[in-house]
Amino acid sequence: MVEVYRGGEAEVRIYEDFVEKIRRRKRYRIRELDEEIRKKRTRAEARIISQARKAGVATPIILDVENDKIVMERIRGDELKDVMNEELCREVGKIVAKLHSAGIIHGDLTPRNMIYSEGKIYVIDFGLAFHSHEVEAKGVDLHVFIESLKAAYDNWERLKEAFLQGYLESGGSEEVLERLKEIEQRGRYIER
Amino acid sequence: MIALGIEGTAWNLSVGVVNEKEVLVLENSPYIPPSGGIHPREAAQHHSEEIGKVLKKVFSKIDPEKIDLIAFSQGPGLGPCLRIVATAARTLALKLEKPLVGVNHCLAHVEVGKWTTKAKNPVAVYVSGGNTQIIAKRGKRYRVFGETLDIGLGNAIDKLARYMGLPHPGGPRIEELAKMGRRYLKLPYVVKGMDLSFSGVVTAAQKYYDAGEKKEDIAYSFQETTFSMVAEVSERAMAFLELDELLLVGGVGANKRLQEILRIMCEDRGAKFYAPPKELMGDNGAMIAYTGLLMYKHGYETKIEDSRVLPNFRIDEVEIRW
Ligand SMILES: Nc1ncnc2c1ncn2[C@@H]1O[C@H](COP(=O)(O)OP(=O)(O)O)[C@@H](O)[C@H]1O
Ligand SMILES: [Mg+2]
Repeated sequence: MVEVYRGGEAEVRIYEDFVEKIRRRKRYRIRELDEEIRKKRTRAEARIISQARKAGVATPIILDVENDKIVMERIRGDELKDVMNEELCREVGKIVAKLHSAGIIHGDLTPRNMIYSEGKIYVIDFGLAFHSHEVEAKGVDLHVFIESLKAAYDNWERLKEAFLQGYLESGGSEEVLERLKEIEQRGRYIER
Repeated sequence: MIALGIEGTAWNLSVGVVNEKEVLVLENSPYIPPSGGIHPREAAQHHSEEIGKVLKKVFSKIDPEKIDLIAFSQGPGLGPCLRIVATAARTLALKLEKPLVGVNHCLAHVEVGKWTTKAKNPVAVYVSGGNTQIIAKRGKRYRVFGETLDIGLGNAIDKLARYMGLPHPGGPRIEELAKMGRRYLKLPYVVKGMDLSFSGVVTAAQKYYDAGEKKEDIAYSFQETTFSMVAEVSERAMAFLELDELLLVGGVGANKRLQEILRIMCEDRGAKFYAPPKELMGDNGAMIAYTGLLMYKHGYETKIEDSRVLPNFRIDEVEIRW
């Protein structure tokens, strides 16, 4: 039995014991460009997943990497989205602080890209991740997560509070939180 | 109801007249820079010299008495150009004793696109000289989900064209050259989530020119790279928002290869692709007139004292009541 998710970029196939993330050919791109992008992104994603693990963040173990495909361990559990609470959100803050200390920006932090399994939060989907130690990149990373809380939970303000507390507790910097405030003020993000 | 709209946020000074069903009159007076890019003050000078003539042409085709409201593009755009447009609109509204409606330029692109293509709830990809944005309606507002982090795609193309010594306007010339390109030259492909960046692509393409590569190959590689980037963020937005219509608007939208790329992307996801007719794709007065009409019918009117120009006017500042 296979479950298939078709996202904007990749196709995710979930088997009994493993998961395949495949970047299929995009017909709209010329072949030279298309192959290069898929290969580069697949490699980059696999590498960052491993680096995140080394930084102490729970992620699926990579089983194999091909040109356009990552095969990884299947994490059995609940989407964090469905079990979210303040305590877990604080945990997410700690995890993100660890990623940031390692210079990893996830790029798509949402409770959908996290799985809660046997008391641990696994981070998946590093498809938009990149390396940076810049305050701006970290601030945007936090902002993306908070926006996703806002969209999904009525008590998002308390969840946000817990998330930022966790972030500070595990080495996230005040400077990033300051920048976050600035980002929240910027035009395009203003909530009306 | 009949609305007259004045557009002049950048290079094209244009006046359009529409009713609910169709465009009745459209007159353009594009500003063509003698060299280099658009200088705001020179463009404004052009607009102020031309606005009288353009209006005269319009009124030779339609009786001013028939016009029910005056719409103008209030922003975003170049300050000096916007001021010429706003002044002309105020004068006309006072003279004809008709209501005035200030219109957001980006919103007008999207609305005229929906009007002419019958797209219902699309992701709009707005690609012009100064702007490159991925827009969709969420609740009562259009929101920008992705955009260029530096320059607009149109300006990027023009910059490359000028560098390779091609005369203005650069877009169509690059498109022609690209058709003859054969060899793909590697260029940076910069997509960050739903945002894009073009300035690095321009610099890299310019280096190929300095190194003696053929203009055709450079144009081809440049288009394939940047257009694929646009297609990718469009697709991401459609997947994220779970929408299955894509609407292409803005001057760069006239490019046939860009249209083809987006059409293929849509086909492969079972989505519909829409593009308005060429004359309503780039900046034009008809889109301002149409959006002004729509707004007026839903209770919008701009008092003279509130009609100051808004060079940084964002699309999400307008509440969509229709
Ligand atoms: N290792 C994994 N174990 C279990 N489920 C997974 C795993 N990886 C992905 N999934 C599931 O597949 C979905 C899509 O995967 P993801 O990597 O987030 O792709 P996308 O980039 O399309 O969002 C996830 O939301 C999750 O439900
Ligand atoms: Mg995901």
